[in-house]
Amino acid sequence: MPDTKAETHELDVLIVDDEAGMRTGAERSLEGFTVPLEDFEETVSFKVRSAATGAEALAEIKKARPDIVLLDYKLPDMTGLDVLAEAEGSFFLTIMITAFASLEVAVTATKRGAFDFLAKPFTPEELRATIQKAARSVYLHRKAKRLEEEKRLVRFEFISVLAHELKSPLAAVEGYMHLMKERMKGPDLAAYDSMVDRSVVRIGGMRKLVMDLLDLTRLESGKKTRVLERVDLGKAAALAAEAVAERAAARNIKVELKVQAPALLNADAGELDMILSNLLTNAVKYNKQDGRVTLEISNPSPGSALIRCADTGIGMTPEEQAKLFGEFVRIKNEHTRAIDGSGLGLSILKKIAGLYSGGVKVSSTYGEGSVFEVTLKEPAAAV
Amino acid sequence: MTDAKIKILVVEDDPDMMEQMKIYLESEKYEVISASTQKEAEPLIKPGAFQAAVLDLMMENPDSGFVLSHKIKQMDPKLPVIIVTSVTKETGFNFDKAHDPKSWIKADAIIHKELRFEQLKAELKRLMGEGPSHA
Repeated sequence: MPDTKAETHELDVLIVDDEAGMRTGAERSLEGFTVPLEDFEETVSFKVRSAATGAEALAEIKKARPDIVLLDYKLPDMTGLDVLAEAEGSFFLTIMITAFASLEVAVTATKRGAFDFLAKPFTPEELRATIQKAARSVYLHRKAKRLEEEKRLVRFEFISVLAHELKSPLAAVEGYMHLMKERMKGPDLAAYDSMVDRSVVRIGGMRKLVMDLLDLTRLESGKKTRVLERVDLGKAAALAAEAVAERAAARNIKVELKVQAPALLNADAGELDMILSNLLTNAVKYNKQDGRVTLEISNPSPGSALIRCADTGIGMTPEEQAKLFGEFVRIKNEHTRAIDGSGLGLSILKKIAGLYSGGVKVSSTYGEGSVFEVTLKEPAAAV
Repeated sequence: MTDAKIKILVVEDDPDMMEQMKIYLESEKYEVISASTQKEAEPLIKPGAFQAAVLDLMMENPDSGFVLSHKIKQMDPKLPVIIVTSVTKETGFNFDKAHDPKSWIKADAIIHKELRFEQLKAELKRLMGEGPSHA
């Protein structure tokens, strides 16, 4: 049979006690003892070292950092607390062994990072139960560290991509500046008009990126003040449609609103505007000449809203749809090349929908158009 | 001899970078064959169609430039290929580490996107020998 068992890992246990009997007893109790950690898909066993004095213990800790230390309080040369104080800075889980339950020792030991206590005398079962708890804790700690590391990487990646997205328009504008400076198109100023126009467009794109980024940061930090009020979605949609009207008219795109009254929602008007504007802007931007945008709004149940935005645009392939909601993702193909965007619009949309326990769904046919559906639920009324 | 201009395939998805590249290269008396996507460029790769290529790295795929370079080198291993990229260590995507660029990418030069066009010009001249002799 191929080995499908969970992987076995060894945790390093150091037993510090001046009684030889205690040391061998503990060693024997842990020999062959394994703890299955199903949620980590691992099984741990234990490798045991021992030390009879505080000095020996510190030497062992210095040699190699143990995962778990079973530490007697009363050692011939110092107390267990002294060992903890000396070893400060190297992380391991400490289980204090005490012959007498002293509250004072317990408090101080906990302060110095002791994880658990074991009162002398203890049975092998008690020892194993304590070790099992400690092993789980070691793994939880490791997992937390890993998550933190992952978060750091995601953040790093975000900043890197952001830098890239800001560099591209800068490079474009800088390039035009050089061309103009070198009078590459001769002395006639009019020859440079298109370069100036393109520079303005790219700088505008950068401004939009920075604004979107600020929106996203405010949403993520939760620092944005939300004002919940009764919002008439029909009115909000009409305002958002007005904002894209010029852009739509330029390519004869019809924007149609179908609002099923009452279409009311307790929400932050600014957030709803971001949702509606994002949907409409995308539907117009990625549309075709003489295309159509249909925005439908309804209340499927009291306290919830469904916003459906359908366009007759360029559509997306299934592969493109799969990538769509990533930060800074812009679908690159021959149709989207000349369309500006920050790549953050849908991230913002999704974040806001999340604030309303909702979501964003997309269905699209390449070459025919896309449908975005946003569901929103009113946040529970503040008590 | 009369003007048999050297043709350069330029593949770049940023319309502004493309425009600028064109202006510079044409001022150097090169003829530019342009494509804005990997897909658009692929059918242009034919023997004798161009004498050098300048490729953006990230287009519809993050490695579009590499793929095109590979195809060009398959067709003609001696044809100079320059990959232009803004991907660097600080973007977190370091292809040098994952793959030795000289071994499989087979581009002759990789230059950064904030390139001064003089640098592009110099690379082209270096890779093509003396460059357009009648310039």
